[in-house]
Amino acid sequence: MAFLRCQDVHKDYTVGTETVRALDGVSVTVDRGEFVSVMGPSGSGKSTFMNLIGCLDRPNSGSIELDGEHVSDLSSEALAGVRNQKIGFVFQQFNLLGRTTALDNVALPLLYGGVDRAERTRRAAEALLRVGLDDRAQHLPSQLSGGQQQRVAIARALVNSPDMLLADEPTGALDTATGTEIMNLFQALNGAGLTVIVVTHEAEVAAYARRVLRFRDGVITADTMDEVQDVAV
Amino acid sequence: MSLFELVRVAFDALRVNMLRSFLTMLGIVIGVGAVIAMVTVGAGAHAEVDRQIQALGSNLLMIRSGSRFFGGARTAAGSTQSLTVEDTRALKAEIPEILAAASTNRGSAQVVVGNQNWSTTVYGVDADYLVARNWEIAQGREFEPSEYRNGSKVVLLGNTVVNELFGAGNVVGQPIRIKNVPFTVVGALRGKGQSFGPWDQDDTIMVPFKTAQGRLLGKSKHRSDSVRDIYVSVRDPRSMDYVQQEIGEVLRQRHRIGPDQQDTFSIRNMTEMVEARAEANQIFNMLLAAVASVSLVVGGIGIMNIMLVSVTERTREIGLRMAVGAKERDIMLQFLVEAVTLCLLGGLIGIVVALAVTVGVAEIAGWPVLVEWPIIFVAVAFSGAIGIFFGFYPARKAAAKDPIEALRTE
Repeated sequence: MAFLRCQDVHKDYTVGTETVRALDGVSVTVDRGEFVSVMGPSGSGKSTFMNLIGCLDRPNSGSIELDGEHVSDLSSEALAGVRNQKIGFVFQQFNLLGRTTALDNVALPLLYGGVDRAERTRRAAEALLRVGLDDRAQHLPSQLSGGQQQRVAIARALVNSPDMLLADEPTGALDTATGTEIMNLFQALNGAGLTVIVVTHEAEVAAYARRVLRFRDGVITADTMDEVQDVAV
Repeated sequence: MSLFELVRVAFDALRVNMLRSFLTMLGIVIGVGAVIAMVTVGAGAHAEVDRQIQALGSNLLMIRSGSRFFGGARTAAGSTQSLTVEDTRALKAEIPEILAAASTNRGSAQVVVGNQNWSTTVYGVDADYLVARNWEIAQGREFEPSEYRNGSKVVLLGNTVVNELFGAGNVVGQPIRIKNVPFTVVGALRGKGQSFGPWDQDDTIMVPFKTAQGRLLGKSKHRSDSVRDIYVSVRDPRSMDYVQQEIGEVLRQRHRIGPDQQDTFSIRNMTEMVEARAEANQIFNMLLAAVASVSLVVGGIGIMNIMLVSVTERTREIGLRMAVGAKERDIMLQFLVEAVTLCLLGGLIGIVVALAVTVGVAEIAGWPVLVEWPIIFVAVAFSGAIGIFFGFYPARKAAAKDPIEALRTE
């Protein structure tokens, strides 16, 4: 069952007087529960693609359907609601609020979802437990290691029970061992039914995914399924 | 997000940069503090002036015998006692608006009780004087009509004189010597307090007018019914000007002073004098308050400045909040509430500082502490408004950020 459906998506950026064609007709469908990695050199359009399916931006033309809803023509306010309810973001730089405890960082999306305080604390603690950091709830980001910080960020992405996890170079700021830990965590979450899309330029990271989308010059040049990988899991 | 949540988020943000938040607030603290201090101190001063007017005698006009030319040399006011007891009676009879008109005479005298002595002002007064000047009896009684008539050797003591000569305790019936003449104290006056500059109204004693004329201030060159000052108390403060004019007419007629001749008396509106002084104070206060309001505006600009810095510094945070579902309105409100919280906190601290200053000034000046609650509410509302006004632009700037750009910011 298709969760994400992109149809002939175009996106231009104007830099100074020059128009940069970031996406030049992208059509792709991702089913619920898939683990997809997005690869490509910088400037290939993969970040733009992520921003569009993450509802942070709107395409110039073409349509994006998320869970049956046309998000390409929603207001920015409605997009914020979609981001809040359906998508969990994981960033390379973690993007945790400093001087805010792990628990409160995780609870942040719930604040904007209009969840009351007691429920927020409960669900944030639950999400921390899922990433194995329930004992670090009252720690500040500065008191956590890089891997732990990324786990907190993942817990934050999970706290609203999203349909899709979008990770942009999630291991980019981590050493190999910690990166492997994080990717294993993604794999486990995917195994539990979550749709995961990871942007990366590392082949080892991409190898965790069953499906790889390769971008170049604003178009998808390859869309490969790796059935063998499925067996390995 | 509820308002409570917003305020909590704002407090968290302000706590992170405690020193900066405090310094930012300082402009508002000083502005609000100064405005409220000015207004409350002004109110205290005003109340004090009212009290002084009350103490002086309400709606009081004073008519003083004028100066006179002696072969080209002009003598001091009061040196010629052209007014008489008859003038006083005539004023009271002819001008119905007059509540009381008192003939008085004045001089200084040494007063002796036992081995204590004190130099004070002696007033020779008639029965209207206590009414005209709002004097009240603290102990004993007023003079009897017979005492006025006979020029008895009886005396009323002002509060200061009582304290200096007797200390506390009953003074009624005590013997006292004024200019070596034995008198009997029949009563003491209620204290009015320091009033009208350094002049202590309570440092006084009163004897019947006739007694003063005959025995104490007996100036052989004056007629026995000549009066130094006539104190007139007017029933209604609104008719002060009219009565003042009428008195002039009546006296000029009685003294046969033509329209081109100089008056031999002068009329002063005592209340007006105090009020004029109060008005000068008020203007000064307004000026200070205006300066203080400028400080409020400067404080507001400081808040705007810091909020703009804060928005720039926290661009990534804004991007993240947007990514996890914050709407533009949420971001806008977050920064607006932060600015308003900053201003309101500053305002509250300012109020506390102002009240401390007011109490201090009132203590030193001996004024009543008059806290004007409306002005405090206005100040709080105003500092909140400053927060909204100067916080709006930075908040809008924050809300208008593009989440993708914001997340990419280092």
